[in-house]
Amino acid sequence: MEVQGLTVEFPTEDGLVRAVRGVDMHIAEGEVLGIVGESGSGKSVTALATMRLLPKRAQVSGQVLFEGRDLLTLSDRAMRGVRGSDIAMIFQDPMTALNPVFTVGEQIVEMIRAHAPVGKPLAWKRTVELLDLVGISEPSRRARQYPHEFSGGMRQRAMIAMAVANRPKLLIADEPTTALDVTIQAQVMEVITEVQKAVGSALLLITHDLGLVAGIAHRVQVMYAGRVFENGATDEIFYRSVNPYTKGLLRSIPRLDAKEKTRLYTIPGLPPSGLSRNEACPFRPRCEFADAVCGTVPELVEVVPGHQSRCHHTQEVSM
Amino acid sequence: MTDTRHVSAIDDSIETEARSFGRQVWDRFRRHKLAVLAAVVLVVLTVSFWVAPALSPYEFDEITPDFRQPPTAAHPFGTDDIGRDLLVRTFMGGRFSIRIALLVALSTTLIGTLLGAVAGYFGGWIDALVSQIINMVLLVPALAILLVLALKWGSSPWSISIVLAALLWTRIARVVRGLFLQYKEQEFVMAARSAGARSGRIMFRHILPNVMGPVVVETTLLVGTAIILESTLSFLGLGVQFPTPTLGNLVAEAKGAIDSNPYRVLLPGSFVMLITLSINFLGDGLRDALDPSSGGGRT
Repeated sequence: MEVQGLTVEFPTEDGLVRAVRGVDMHIAEGEVLGIVGESGSGKSVTALATMRLLPKRAQVSGQVLFEGRDLLTLSDRAMRGVRGSDIAMIFQDPMTALNPVFTVGEQIVEMIRAHAPVGKPLAWKRTVELLDLVGISEPSRRARQYPHEFSGGMRQRAMIAMAVANRPKLLIADEPTTALDVTIQAQVMEVITEVQKAVGSALLLITHDLGLVAGIAHRVQVMYAGRVFENGATDEIFYRSVNPYTKGLLRSIPRLDAKEKTRLYTIPGLPPSGLSRNEACPFRPRCEFADAVCGTVPELVEVVPGHQSRCHHTQEVSM
Repeated sequence: MTDTRHVSAIDDSIETEARSFGRQVWDRFRRHKLAVLAAVVLVVLTVSFWVAPALSPYEFDEITPDFRQPPTAAHPFGTDDIGRDLLVRTFMGGRFSIRIALLVALSTTLIGTLLGAVAGYFGGWIDALVSQIINMVLLVPALAILLVLALKWGSSPWSISIVLAALLWTRIARVVRGLFLQYKEQEFVMAARSAGARSGRIMFRHILPNVMGPVVVETTLLVGTAIILESTLSFLGLGVQFPTPTLGNLVAEAKGAIDSNPYRVLLPGSFVMLITLSINFLGDGLRDALDPSSGGGRT
């Protein structure tokens, strides 16, 4: 999938909120791309926009090329065929993303039968296999239970089973572990990556937790204020970041080897409002490198092949 | 329900699954003693409304020489001013009242749910339109409309039902609209959309089952309301006309005899009360039984 110049704007009473401002993104077959950013950086909106799941008032422009077709110009009918079949999504809150009045199995059967001419018995059999695949014990009994009989982690596993039911080519996971206990998070991530490998789909992992993408993503794209700020291989971002915002994020991760009683680093200030028309670099007010040059938004420039950063002071930051 | 003898092994597991939901609903319903009692009462009443008049030696509009009688052995419910047997008239009245009430409740539920669902789900101008229609219906002086319609088309049980339904659907539409407004923001709706479901499917397959509980309660309340409204209309002379009895117009007819023969008011009146109460209890039980998360049913 290739996203080019994606822009999303929401008209509000206070003016146009520009949630996403010209995002480019590409994800290859089988690749794991992590999108990292603070709340309001536009990462979820980007994902929803690619699936055309935003409310009608959202004004979306740009291109979302998927296997040569621009998803943004597809008919509604064709788009429904893509959703759940070619591209599937795992949601943030498994407590509300499952329908409370149907059994977990019924919901997965429904997902399968919506996109493939499969009879109920076969779909049911496949459902049980899928639940087994995501590590739910006694899958045939569990499939007959309702979501409220599942724990949070189990529900998220069921959501994963549902998402991969039709072997999608792209799996979008929007903060898949945010609503879960820390102890469950690692397990669920493991399930996601295992299943993703088993099915052979690409994975777009959206999170605010850099630690989560570290061991999993091939590439990481850091977003801030609706723009991509840094983009590169995971190791490049973690060890050779040249962007002050990414560096700030990395410094904000709690470390076990930190000296006792040191305060956790936080990036000062708040992200700018989506209403902002300011021509300056959106990170300028929070940046230690800021100076007069930062009065314009920097371009995303290549630092080393495959590693781009959006900053006027790339040279100084990397030192 | 269907023949399950020839299904394959896998089919069988599906059958078990389908049964187990019905089974759960039944188990939960059964624990609601009052609702079970109410259901039994309703079944007994309904059957007797259809069977009893056939067993009676009198026709419901047959005029006997014994007029204005209190309850006697020959006429256990007494007779009215012109000597018609009130036992057979009360049971016939029950038949018409139930028929009207069910017709009103079902058509109202259908119209109200449909319009409420569409308004709540799509919002925008559709919602504005439906809401305005609801407000108009609520503002219209119901009795004046009923009077006009009764004069134009007469007062058969059918026309009364249609008129009542046209006035009562707004309540259920508002409830359903509100619930849809709430449920369409739930993440499972977004999940269904991300799975490629279209609007109609999301509305009726994903959201509607979630609002069935409140809808069932509203429907049962409507049965009660319809019976009482029909009685009110009959009392005002706008309901179903003689000689067709309904529980409502029996009470209305008896209003002059309340001192001399209070049973004439009390007997049909207590049938109205019994039906309305039973239906409300039944609705309560159904609501709990249909909600999968209302605890257990499973051991």
